[in-house]
Amino acid sequence: MKFIKYLLVGIVFGIVLTKSEAVSWYRIYEMFHFQSFHMFGIIMTAVVVGTIGVQIIKRNNIKDVSGEPIVFPDKKKGFSNYFVGGTFFGLGWGLIGTCPGPMFILIGAGFYGIGVVLLGALVGTYIYGLLRNKLPH
Amino acid sequence: MESLYGTWPWYVSGFLIGSVMLALIYFGKTFGMSSNLRTMCTILGAGKTSDFFKFDWKTQRWNLVVVLGAMIGGYIAVHFLSDPSQMVELNPKTVTELQAMHIDAPNGKLLPDALTSAEALQSPKILGILLLGGLLVGFGTRYAGGCTSGHAITGLSTLQLPSLIAVIGFFIGGLIMSWLLLPLFFN
Repeated sequence: MKFIKYLLVGIVFGIVLTKSEAVSWYRIYEMFHFQSFHMFGIIMTAVVVGTIGVQIIKRNNIKDVSGEPIVFPDKKKGFSNYFVGGTFFGLGWGLIGTCPGPMFILIGAGFYGIGVVLLGALVGTYIYGLLRNKLPH
Repeated sequence: MESLYGTWPWYVSGFLIGSVMLALIYFGKTFGMSSNLRTMCTILGAGKTSDFFKFDWKTQRWNLVVVLGAMIGGYIAVHFLSDPSQMVELNPKTVTELQAMHIDAPNGKLLPDALTSAEALQSPKILGILLLGGLLVGFGTRYAGGCTSGHAITGLSTLQLPSLIAVIGFFIGGLIMSWLLLPLFFN
């Protein structure tokens, strides 16, 4: 039953992303063409709420649900992997308007064609695994 | 005008997404959707050919449960919380631009028929676009070490420079695709 809380968080996440229309191809197109504030507003609000929450956790040394200290590991320093990988990601995001969370949400919502996108994403992840040692990081 | 069944305002949506991230942190986990793609590759046996997939995927079960929940959430939102007459109201300029590329106006739909209708899915070109888009997202997100949830939301909230670099990459790629390449795909 310890998984129930993750299921509930997932359900909230799926509902919010669908109702905010962040899963919509149209909203992503609109965002990249700066024709609406909607998506920028969502991302900025989430980051502001996240930043405030993280600062509260850090300053009060709040423990997690099982009493362990909460740590925020720093991401490894680097440039090429973040920049080049990010650009590849953006090319895909701009094309099919779906990032990894929405892929699953849309399939759950009944857009089975997005299964092709998920298949592509699994193959893409696998290709990265094969090429990882040859890529600049 | 704003109702539960229409488009949720950005400040409500953003607040809830930030809260989802904080809830997972409080549970001792991190918010990141793309790691599930790696976990799924591992479950499918990718560890036989690449060390990158050799890890105990059971440690990631909680995240697969989040994904399952997200799918259920998508189902609930579309079937019980949606009134198409109040959804996906776009800037009229956007609609005109899309028409020029033969992409149908939303009229309450989340996705264009041009991409995901039963008819579109018969077209090798459309299937190729969906597969290519997925490939780019899957490869890029793993190379960059995260996607919108891991970098744009979690990474920026914890003030990580690498995440800012990744998010700049997301936008450079997205702008190149949306402005330069998309019109070539759909004309």
